[in-house]
Amino acid sequence: MINFRLEERENKSLRRQIISPFLAVFVALIISSLFILLAGVSPIDSFKELFIGSFGSRNAIAETLSRATPMILTGLAASIAFKARFWNIGAEGQLYAGALAVTFFGTGLVELPSFIMIPFLFMVGALAGGLLLLPLVLLKNYYKVDEVVTTLLTNFIIVLLVSYLLEGPWKDPMSLGWPQGASVIDQGVLPQILSRTRLHLGFIFSIFFAILIWIIISKHLIGYQIKAVGFNPSAANHSGVPVLKTIFIVALLSGGMAGMAGVTETAGLKGYLTLDLSPGFGYAGIAVAMLAALHPLGVIASGIFLASIYVGADAMSRSMNVPTYLADVIVAITVLCVLVSLIINQYKFRFLEQNK
Amino acid sequence: MNPLLKVQSISKSFGDLTANSEISFEVNKGEVLAILGENGAGKTTLMNILFGHYMPDNGQIYFKNNPIKFGNTRHTISLGVGMVHQHFTLADNLSVLENIIIGQKSLFSFSLSKKTALDKLNSLIEKFSLPIDPDAMVSDLSVSQKQRLEILKTLYKDCELLILDEPTAALTPQETEGLFKTIKNMVNQGLSVILISHKLNEVLSVSDRIIVLRNGKKVGEKKTANADYKSIASMIVGKEISYPKKIKSKINREVLRLEMVSYKSDHDLDVKINNLNLKLYGGEIIGIAGVAGNGQQSLAKLLTGHLKPTEGKIFINQNEVIDSSPKNFMNQKVAYIPEDRNKDGLVGDMSIWENIIMTETDSIKIFNQLGFINSKNSHDQALSICKTNDVRLQKIDQPARLLSGGNVQKLLIGKWLYRKPQIIIACQPTRGLDEGAIAAVHRMILDARKDGNGVVIIGEDLDELLSLSDKICVMYNGHLSKPLDTLKTDKLTIGMLMSGKGF
Repeated sequence: MINFRLEERENKSLRRQIISPFLAVFVALIISSLFILLAGVSPIDSFKELFIGSFGSRNAIAETLSRATPMILTGLAASIAFKARFWNIGAEGQLYAGALAVTFFGTGLVELPSFIMIPFLFMVGALAGGLLLLPLVLLKNYYKVDEVVTTLLTNFIIVLLVSYLLEGPWKDPMSLGWPQGASVIDQGVLPQILSRTRLHLGFIFSIFFAILIWIIISKHLIGYQIKAVGFNPSAANHSGVPVLKTIFIVALLSGGMAGMAGVTETAGLKGYLTLDLSPGFGYAGIAVAMLAALHPLGVIASGIFLASIYVGADAMSRSMNVPTYLADVIVAITVLCVLVSLIINQYKFRFLEQNK
Repeated sequence: MNPLLKVQSISKSFGDLTANSEISFEVNKGEVLAILGENGAGKTTLMNILFGHYMPDNGQIYFKNNPIKFGNTRHTISLGVGMVHQHFTLADNLSVLENIIIGQKSLFSFSLSKKTALDKLNSLIEKFSLPIDPDAMVSDLSVSQKQRLEILKTLYKDCELLILDEPTAALTPQETEGLFKTIKNMVNQGLSVILISHKLNEVLSVSDRIIVLRNGKKVGEKKTANADYKSIASMIVGKEISYPKKIKSKINREVLRLEMVSYKSDHDLDVKINNLNLKLYGGEIIGIAGVAGNGQQSLAKLLTGHLKPTEGKIFINQNEVIDSSPKNFMNQKVAYIPEDRNKDGLVGDMSIWENIIMTETDSIKIFNQLGFINSKNSHDQALSICKTNDVRLQKIDQPARLLSGGNVQKLLIGKWLYRKPQIIIACQPTRGLDEGAIAAVHRMILDARKDGNGVVIIGEDLDELLSLSDKICVMYNGHLSKPLDTLKTDKLTIGMLMSGKGF
């Protein structure tokens, strides 16, 4: 039997911390190739197709970045919440809440010039996502209801609400019977930033918010208190940090980011609300945040990376004739590998000699 | 005669830190060896090596001439070494006998053969006069009974060397006496005991031989008969300890007053508080004595805004407190040194400077108008607070959890004193600290008193309370006794009150 134990590293070198995620991704790709081999094709060709599909052309890059947009935002949602040890698994529901807000305000109820209308839609989307979390914070605080359960279950409620609205009162009469919402008015639509592609202004917004969140977390009182509450709420409370207020802010920021992912999808990519607006962006956000070790700037890179796998896998499955579900497998293996690499970063293995 | 345990030049380092360096000693049959040292001197590391939790970098340990297999706890136990940890490892939902049997038998054996086990247990109970009811549930046992059970557990495994880690930390003076009787009894029957403690008085009264560790090295060894308090204390710290002197201080105006304060709650674990009256003046120290669990924690929380009184009024500087929140008490210049400094005082995963500025979120110097951290000012302030209060650190950016207990406490008190409080509520401020750190904490508290602070010390160590306080109140079952003048009272009177007589 191999006998080993984990010992905490005293000095966590920066170099190791930067290299290890790349190494983890590399290992993940090797493990994934086993599954591609099972599908009966060459892994190297498949990965080549995957790469070409996600970065091989101007259009591919634009497609990857527009797919990354909501994933960066939901990734930010998860990373802020997890930093405070508030386990918000409900980004999917908050995303749809944001999309509902855009449909409510942005399809004719409010008409403003474009440069006000777009920020306005982001604001109402963020508020909708954030406010959705607040009652759950209260439930956690006063009745000790676990937020993992409440945020997760809220997802289903919101998705069913969207379904009801799109089949009923909010159904666009012009949609030829499809369950979709009315189109966002022209002033509210996020403009293209790369001509003849689907890449829209939302991507710039997502980068902007990643930088903003990074500044808040690392330089601002709010981020400082979020970290203190996350690491040790009791000690934070004894030093005068308002714990409940901090969790409220976390909920608003986290839900807000997820809500804005709903804005970029409704007002940017599609132009109207549909039932399949999000193929699980809310859940993918958790993987994005984990892959980035909860670092807001890392979320940009990991969001683009995971988006490229999803986008590239489509191309790969078309040309290699393998199932697109391989993308899910690759993403899952990558996240597992990164989690292992985080443990290796923190601890070292120490093998024990066998005593006779 | 061959020694029972022979430790030969054990070394262990963690990165740059040398926890144990070339430590050698022996334990003979039938003796009590005390291992003394400050926190971080290497006592725990040494015991963890002996018990297979760590691998030493080099060195060897022999028990009855058998080399100990490192990293293998089972082997150490099977040789006949038993350890009672400071924090008990008992299953609360099982009986005494079941706790003894647990882990002795394979999970898949059908017969537990309780009868044989019970016979063996009863004979041990008699042999070492450790009375305990084998059928009692562990959750119903008192702390000292639980400790007795832990000792019986090791004896049941036929241990010949018993290691006791800070065994008196949670015991009353009477229970401590009882434990020492047990230890002497065991030694008379041929067992050996290693006693790890920082309470010098106790070590001097019960041990045969003392070894002292400092910075991972063995710095001294003495027969207890030839040792005295002062010489051992300086050996532990490595220099003469200067104990602070209490000088007369000027009593000025009233800073804190409780009027008929009660706290009742049906769902909280906090003990009820009944009609407390208390007056605290600037420049005086009031000690609150009592056996743990008689409402001291609730009182501390009431005095700092962490609990809101259900009845009665609290006055700070003659003004009634309306808003009972920790933040408001902080703004009214109340400082709170909590009992559990690692859980309630320190955010171990944040850096030292980040911990120090946690009470300074209102300071424009540290957080500017827009709420951004001024990195330079906060580093400077943290450094100066550490320097003033002799917090020993490598880097101000290092995670705070790497500090030793004494340094953590100096840091916590220092950051509160920096706010120039008027009222200090300190709960067991020196619990678990070594002599040097205790002297430093006492000096900080006495200096604060000299500066006109009103101080409430809630504690269990009567000697400490008597030496620091101007007045002493005793808490019993949520009631608070009238204040006694420290100079006109004695341990006996206080002890009577502690057991509820005279209320």
